[in-house]
Amino acid sequence: MAKYSVVGKRVPRIDALNKVTGTAVYSGDVILPDMLYGKVLRNPHTHAIIQRLDVTKAQALEGVKAVITASDVPGYQSRSPLLLAEMPHLAQEKVTYAGQPVAVVAATSIEIAEKAVDLIEVEYEELPPILDVLESMKPETPPIYPDLYTNFIASPPSDEDSTPSNIAYHMVINRGDLEAGFKEADLILENTFRTQPVHHGYLEPFAAVASVDMGGKVIVWTQSQGVFTARQMIAAFLDLPASRVNLVPVEIGGAFGGKSFLALAPLCALLALKTGRPVRMEMSRDEVIKAARPAPGSVTTIKMGVTKEGYITAASISLIYDAGGFPEMSHTMFARGNTLSHYKIPNLKIEAFDVLTNKVPVTYYRAPGTPQNHFAVESQMDLIARVLDMDPLQLRIQNIAVEGDTAPSGEILPKVGYKETLERMAEYLKEKGSLQGDDQGRGVACGFWHGATVTFGAYVHINIDGSVTLVVGVTDVSGSRTSIAQIVAEEFGIPMESVSVVVGDTDTAPWASPSVGSQTIYSLSQAVYRACQDAKEQLRHLAAARFEVEASGFEFANGRLIFQGDAEKSIAIGSLARYSISFRGAGPVVGRGSIGGLPPAPSVAVHAADVEIDKETGKVKVLSYAVAQDVGLAVNPLSVEGQIQGAVTQGIGWALMEGYQFDQGKVQNDTLLDYRMPTATDVPMIDALLVEVGSDSGIYGIRHVGEPPIVGALAAIANAIQSATGVRIKELPMTPEAILNGLKEQNKS
Amino acid sequence: MTSIRSIDRFEYRAPGSLDETLDILKTSGTDAKVLAGGTDLILQMKQGLIRPSLVVDVKKVPELNRLEWDEVGGLHVGAVVPLNKLATFPAILERYNILAQACSVIGSAQVRNRGTMAGNICNAAPSADSAPALLCLGAGAVVASSNGARSIDLNDFFVAPGETAIGDGELMVEIEVPTPPPHSAGCYIRHTTREEMDIAVVGVASFLTLSPQDKTLKEARIALGAVAPTPVRAHGAEAFLTGKSVTPDIIEEVAEKAAAEANPISDLRGSAEYRRELVRVLVRRTLRESCSELGLIE
Ligand SMILES: Cc1cc2nc3c(=O)[nH]c(=O)nc-3n(C[C@H](O)[C@H](O)[C@H](O)COP(=O)(O)OP(=O)(O)OC[C@H]3O[C@@H](n4cnc5c(N)ncnc54)[C@H](O)[C@@H]3O)c2cc1C
Repeated sequence: MAKYSVVGKRVPRIDALNKVTGTAVYSGDVILPDMLYGKVLRNPHTHAIIQRLDVTKAQALEGVKAVITASDVPGYQSRSPLLLAEMPHLAQEKVTYAGQPVAVVAATSIEIAEKAVDLIEVEYEELPPILDVLESMKPETPPIYPDLYTNFIASPPSDEDSTPSNIAYHMVINRGDLEAGFKEADLILENTFRTQPVHHGYLEPFAAVASVDMGGKVIVWTQSQGVFTARQMIAAFLDLPASRVNLVPVEIGGAFGGKSFLALAPLCALLALKTGRPVRMEMSRDEVIKAARPAPGSVTTIKMGVTKEGYITAASISLIYDAGGFPEMSHTMFARGNTLSHYKIPNLKIEAFDVLTNKVPVTYYRAPGTPQNHFAVESQMDLIARVLDMDPLQLRIQNIAVEGDTAPSGEILPKVGYKETLERMAEYLKEKGSLQGDDQGRGVACGFWHGATVTFGAYVHINIDGSVTLVVGVTDVSGSRTSIAQIVAEEFGIPMESVSVVVGDTDTAPWASPSVGSQTIYSLSQAVYRACQDAKEQLRHLAAARFEVEASGFEFANGRLIFQGDAEKSIAIGSLARYSISFRGAGPVVGRGSIGGLPPAPSVAVHAADVEIDKETGKVKVLSYAVAQDVGLAVNPLSVEGQIQGAVTQGIGWALMEGYQFDQGKVQNDTLLDYRMPTATDVPMIDALLVEVGSDSGIYGIRHVGEPPIVGALAAIANAIQSATGVRIKELPMTPEAILNGLKEQNKS
Repeated sequence: MTSIRSIDRFEYRAPGSLDETLDILKTSGTDAKVLAGGTDLILQMKQGLIRPSLVVDVKKVPELNRLEWDEVGGLHVGAVVPLNKLATFPAILERYNILAQACSVIGSAQVRNRGTMAGNICNAAPSADSAPALLCLGAGAVVASSNGARSIDLNDFFVAPGETAIGDGELMVEIEVPTPPPHSAGCYIRHTTREEMDIAVVGVASFLTLSPQDKTLKEARIALGAVAPTPVRAHGAEAFLTGKSVTPDIIEEVAEKAAAEANPISDLRGSAEYRRELVRVLVRRTLRESCSELGLIE
């Protein structure tokens, strides 16, 4: 991209030095005078009624300053806790999953807090647990919540909503004539695919520190992906106006969607209010795995019809997400825009459900719900290619959606690079050549992600030394500060080092939506761009007044304004800033930018995995891996490649080794030994092939980048395993044992 | 299910000599714990599985830092020598290949920089990676108390998961491993889902000694990890193999016998059935590897 001088360059992250030297401040690093330590009592039962809850002994322990239970939560007085989404639910009459918080203690040391937790007396009456989604959906199954009715997404409510149900969300999309579509098909395949809940695998466990100032303002330090949404949530929990809560951003040690959920901060804030002292809370790793929220497991049934030439005539898919013990985080919502959206399918039905069970509740994880549905869709495409004896990439190329097509959600596709991306992968694989080994196999798969679009503000301050300060309110979970600094540097023609990016707290920064949905750079860049243009316009007018010429004649280069190339009529932006704040100056230059919801800029990532299987043990080695992705424009290719490599690594883990193991609804593998994520030795170098079909809507053509590259990984690996062994695995994780069992089955038949 | 919490207060001692250590152990009660690398111990303390009132850090005891080899006396591995040092010790690399293999797969480089072989076997996990190799090599443990020292044959060392033949007040001083006889070869292979930082689903060591005159096996040892309450020898399979000249069919039969001897359980890491299958595969592989080193098969 020669067009730009800083945008498009491979630059190291501006936060790197602080992070690798340990000087960056994370939630757990915040230490305040007189700080108390909080600890949560968690329920051990899968499903039970609380008969008695007695905290008197805990309260009497020396050093204990407060013990809170559900009855102390101000937010629960006026509304159902079910409406306080993405926060811990302190148990009221009953507990709906093992690990649910029942009470929280604040004490002068963590040791005392732990002892106090042991002294809390709870008597439970156990109820039969509901563990299976299909069982839970049946009308005769007793509802976990007597007052929960099904929410309908994008489809009219039916009679179903008149009775309480364990189906929290339901969505149906119908298009064309399904029956006629299947009639046209020469081949119809139907399969069911299953996945288990998986953990995001962020390094940093949840932590929070809260304090209350003399004015009654609650100040919270915690690793939220969205400080403004966190402020609203905590305010609702405490039943305070949002202006009484200030969220201070801190560094985040990985989030991937898991840290919109506020695992501790509301509890911590309430303890601070109760005690009038700062309170610190932190989760141990086993608490994070057991009681912070994983991504949902799923049961997906897909039926697809194709002509013998390999054109899809009809498809129906049913997606059932296991919501666990609380209903508020809908994945059905995402199924609407992200299921069967990247192919031309004239006749289709999409049905999705979020179904309650007595398991740990779930939350969003990198392209929420979408890797699960693509595991089904893209495995199915591979199975079809095999029956038709077609090249799997060719099958996808000839069915891929293009600009102007109508997505199942009714949206008209904007300019997209799906086809270019598939073709890029085809070219790459041709160059690479086919695999030689007997036990080796290659799998390809697409991953589609629609992307979210939200709102942001940005301030740009021009400093008197010619440097520029950008103030935003969005926490950096993906290198966003670096990419945004590149954009500011580009716009003013100044070096990166002259830009500082400040993530302000909620009292000082302009509004920011959370950093989710692959939209941080995509949307925020627009707000920042506009703030830059605003400041540039003000600078042009200052310069115009000085040289008595037309403002529109000024260009920016090397941190200066220059009038129509005339070196005589040129001035540094720092000089203008200095004059502007002088006694007779026009006032400081403050650029403001704000962006409403942009149209989405969806993209497809195409995966190709080469694996080798040890056919005696079932163990999979991923030999090499490549992803082609339409990124629109890579502001910082290093960072974009990192997103792709990180996403694929998570995908490899999800495919081969990760997954919650339950015993009667209780998580068994709650350590990083038995909740197994890949190490560097399990993952090959991942080639990122960046395709740049610019979007119409993003500044510079930017698209959503962070989530698309995880979506296709599960099916790519499953498809590769079938290529190597002939065994089709329809359930994750594809452990060595599962693969060996598959091989044995195959030998039998 | 685990539950990590703060460690209770405990006394910490770091004696500078063997005598001092044995004195401390003599007077301290049963809830004193010896600390070597701490890669098992500290975790168990954080999980509240043990709550020692006294932790005796023995890393500074000179007698426990010995690492020596000579032809006659064999190998002496002091109880606090870190695993990484073993995996690079020339005599081990040259003569105890099987041991080098076992030590170099434990945990990660960081874990091996702290963890010790003595800690590995004193912790007595059924999956302890150094145990099958040590069993095959005929190793013994030298333990001492204020009443004197004794040697325990490793075959008699493991009692139950987490339980060994070391008595109260006793300390492991070193592990002795005789020099492997001429015309011998061995191999350790484990199966894990993840390449590193994982615990063996099954680990198998085989060690063969050849009669060069008639190309039969003078001695065969096979040891299995993670398929019984303790690391175990597959005596039946060994007896079957001893005295035979090796053929692919015989290897197959031995693998079958070893699998039948294994007594695995089903847990989070694998089913009993899968483990038995892995015993078959890994016995076969270790035998083939050892035989090919002895020039018996291609
Ligand atoms: C991340 C991680 C990965 C691991 N991976 C593996 C693996 O792949 N394979 C494997 O086998 N193990 C593994 N382990 C377990 C552990 O690292 C090993 O068992 C290691 O060898 C233990 O040695 P240590 O010196 O750290 O023992 P410590 O923790 O110091 O001690 C272990 C036990 O032995 C006792 N003990 C130690 N020294 C003596 C002595 N001289 N006399 C009497 N008793 C003594 C202690 O009191 C304690 O009960 C892993 C551990 C971690 C944390």
